[in-house]
Amino acid sequence: MSHAPRSLFAPASVLSRAEAQEIAQRVLRNSPAEETRVSINSGARADTRFALNQVTTSGENQDTQVTITAYVGNRAASVNTNRLDEASLAAAAKQAHEIAKLVPPNPERMPELGPQTYPPLRERALDIPTPAERAAAAKIVTELARTNDLVATGFIECRAGANALANSKGLFAYDATASVSMTATVRSPDGTGSGWACSDGNSFGELDPKQLAATAVQKAKESRNPVAIEPGRYTAILEPTAVGNLVQLIPGAMQARAADEGRSFFSKPGGGNKIGLKVVDGRVTLLTDPADSPSLSGGYDNDGLPLEKVVWIENGLVKNLNYDRFWAQKQGVQATRAGGGGFGGTRSLRMLGGSTSIADMIRNTERGVLVTRFWYIRSVDPRTILYTGLTRDGTFLVENGKVTRSIKNFRYNESPIFFLNNLEAIGPTVRINSSESASTGGAVFMPPIKVRDFNFTSLSDAV
Amino acid sequence: MSRTRRDFLKVGAAVAAGSLVASSPLLAESSSGLLVPLSDLPPVDDPAIKALMEVALNTAKAGGASYADVRVAARRQQNVGTRDRIVQGVSDTDTYGLGVRTLVDGAWGFAATSKLDKDSVARTTQLALGQAKANRASQLRPVVLAPTPGNQVGEWKSPIEVDPFNVAITDKVAYLLAANEAALKVKGVRNVNSSMFFLREEKSLMTTDGSYVVQTIYRAQPSMTITAVSSDFSDFQSVASNEVAPMGLGYEHVTNSKLAERAPQWGELAVQKLSAKPVEPGRYDLLLHPSNLWLTIHEVIGHPTELDRALGFEANYAGTSFIAPPEAMLGKMQYGSELMNIVGDREQRGSLGAIGWDDEAVKPVKFDIVKNGVFQDYQTTREQATMMADYYKRVGKPVRSYGCSYAQSWADVQFQRMPNVSLQPGNNDDTWESMIAKVDRGIAIVGDGSFSIDQQRYNGQFAGQVFYEVRGGKIVGQLKDVAYQFRTPDFWKGLKAIGGPRSYHLGGAFGDGKGQPSQSNSVSHGCVPAIFQQVNVINTGRKA
Repeated sequence: MSHAPRSLFAPASVLSRAEAQEIAQRVLRNSPAEETRVSINSGARADTRFALNQVTTSGENQDTQVTITAYVGNRAASVNTNRLDEASLAAAAKQAHEIAKLVPPNPERMPELGPQTYPPLRERALDIPTPAERAAAAKIVTELARTNDLVATGFIECRAGANALANSKGLFAYDATASVSMTATVRSPDGTGSGWACSDGNSFGELDPKQLAATAVQKAKESRNPVAIEPGRYTAILEPTAVGNLVQLIPGAMQARAADEGRSFFSKPGGGNKIGLKVVDGRVTLLTDPADSPSLSGGYDNDGLPLEKVVWIENGLVKNLNYDRFWAQKQGVQATRAGGGGFGGTRSLRMLGGSTSIADMIRNTERGVLVTRFWYIRSVDPRTILYTGLTRDGTFLVENGKVTRSIKNFRYNESPIFFLNNLEAIGPTVRINSSESASTGGAVFMPPIKVRDFNFTSLSDAV
Repeated sequence: MSRTRRDFLKVGAAVAAGSLVASSPLLAESSSGLLVPLSDLPPVDDPAIKALMEVALNTAKAGGASYADVRVAARRQQNVGTRDRIVQGVSDTDTYGLGVRTLVDGAWGFAATSKLDKDSVARTTQLALGQAKANRASQLRPVVLAPTPGNQVGEWKSPIEVDPFNVAITDKVAYLLAANEAALKVKGVRNVNSSMFFLREEKSLMTTDGSYVVQTIYRAQPSMTITAVSSDFSDFQSVASNEVAPMGLGYEHVTNSKLAERAPQWGELAVQKLSAKPVEPGRYDLLLHPSNLWLTIHEVIGHPTELDRALGFEANYAGTSFIAPPEAMLGKMQYGSELMNIVGDREQRGSLGAIGWDDEAVKPVKFDIVKNGVFQDYQTTREQATMMADYYKRVGKPVRSYGCSYAQSWADVQFQRMPNVSLQPGNNDDTWESMIAKVDRGIAIVGDGSFSIDQQRYNGQFAGQVFYEVRGGKIVGQLKDVAYQFRTPDFWKGLKAIGGPRSYHLGGAFGDGKGQPSQSNSVSHGCVPAIFQQVNVINTGRKA
């Protein structure tokens, strides 16, 4: 097995622009529908998983899926297939058309867009590591854990992909993405201590397994033998991952239609929405920016609109809500070019940072709780974006300006809206992995923050 | 109110035997079956597929694998989604490919491809071999597989009556829009979303042990969510059709779910919830309907009894387990009340977990997880069973897998996943209605809602869809903003009454996530209504 880096941007793995164009043309040529949209997703994944200080599984796969949406007037249906031969694509296009004819007209359907102008594709090479290189990165963590009499578990994931969108009105968009992630949880053999760390980037070379290992090992050692303290409202110092775990829930609730129809935190009592109203501390600015995405280009949304930077909350005020094309037209505003689901299109989210380091936050705290990350985060009340979940893998008590000891994990019931109103300090923004499953695919940049009155509602015996 | 409630809580028996479909879209020239006569498709045990699988296994053996297995799967999914009077989307997804797993010197490797020709399959198998060989470098303990009965050969199909992919789209759309219309007629209802989801997976598995099994698995889920908004836009509340669980059945499950007939009742409940009394926090006896309890069972019994969690394999994501270490727990740990009898199985007819063989060609068996409140055994795969060999030998149990290996698709490696994990009915004739009469001061909860639990499955917080205040054995009104919190062993020790066989109901989920990369498992949980004593209830309502 060669140790030389291999590129997954080889034609056999991820489609080039020309290959994507060729597939799209084949579909469009064979589609009997009045209008047709073709969405192509081509991806490759390589991963290595380790547990109990050894690699347990690793894998590679690749696939290309083509989604064909046929329109008959205002009727639409989609068929998705991973069979790329001409006959299969033609049959899929025919099938989409046949189904579309049977679907009732959708009065909210927006016409397909014509050709759009996209920013030039930025070239960025991605070297997917060999299995041996991934195993070696894993070993950096497992060996440090072993020499400290600890047990390491973790995951390395490398993804490369190319997406294309075309339609019968001449639109063609192409985008390529790449991202890698490494996470590890190191535990003490007696099960009383657990520490977690992550490293994220756009290429394997950006990962820092040594730093990751050092952080996870240190946290595991320091978190042993936690003590119980009473649940209640505490000053909380949230590390960037914990901030991202919760703040990323805000854009998902920023659908303009739900707000206008009274089904959202962003609905204004009496009618209308909260654009222009202050909802969080004036130091909070939240935005999505295609330039932050691991994407090689600016990207585009499901309809083919080029994405653009969108500031959702600026200095605490609601600046934008997410308008799809239909709702924007109905309300007489511009459609938001951020993709679906708030920030789903750009797969990025950034909260602007400040200058207070975590060390300074700790130094200036009389009594508080330091949180590494949150877990099992679930919606409790959409009216307030209230979520529940638990602290995990490194929760510490801060007393008189110092971390004094490890404490048992807490369940919280909190809303990012509430705690961003209780802001005391913000630190520098860094890239994090905000996915509970540590999967790649987003570029989330968050600062550490210090807040008062964070609502920890009960204790957990889990380590 | 009482008539509405009775109708609302009625649980239909949706399980029935029926005709089976003996066809496969594998290697079909056409993109597949929705509008293609089934007779045009090749049979499930297509010789071309079998030949490709043999290429993979022969390549693996020649490359030094002591064991290998190969899966070819064609997965067909259909979604129909509507909102109010509009069809939001109709989509049909069709994917197929091959995954091969190799074991070399006790280390695993896996690779998958959607290119199904001999060269691609051989190349993919070489990739899997390369993974395994690279992973040997960090190997501390080699993988050892438990023996299988060997040479499993056969075919299995979900017991469906009507293939959902043969039902006209117009019928499906009309069904959902009629349900939406019925809900929208309720004054105060502002928004309705409804959908249907269908899956058919045709999967062939061949192993170097000599097994070759082919299976056709169907799953179906109709669902709707109804939202009421107060006239001054100060509040909104939703009720979802959670008593209609996803099932391993065909289109008959949709027709039996009677969404249009039940939609007005759900709509009325959503509107009533707007003016429901906010719950007073405190300790209450809880009567949990099976449509709520299934999810609690899933999280606090299903997951912590997975052996990979107990041993630490899932520590980086899904978590570990409070039921550890195994030697201190097996046959000893008092999980809860003596009323608690929990079984694992992948056989129950109509359940989401029902299969003929798992993804290691092990024929699953029904097994005890908890008996009379005492923990009996973990869920296992072939690799995991050998980790328990000393214990099994000591207590005279065979070292064998319980058949819990599963991969969500051809592109993913199989690993330990939950079978159906179910609470057995009590030896009585109690039903939901008769159990309400047993509650003096409590809350009866129907449907699942928000749910969260820690990474070792101790601290849970669960909500629901509809919360009834019960006083003196009678429902006196609806509550809102209810969630219950507990510590798992204390919660189950507080189990004081369960319903009888007549009240047994299957709940379930399609999207049970675990593993890295995270995979989804589909699983059902059977249970009966149950009363839990003095559970902590919190009020989740809070003004912004």
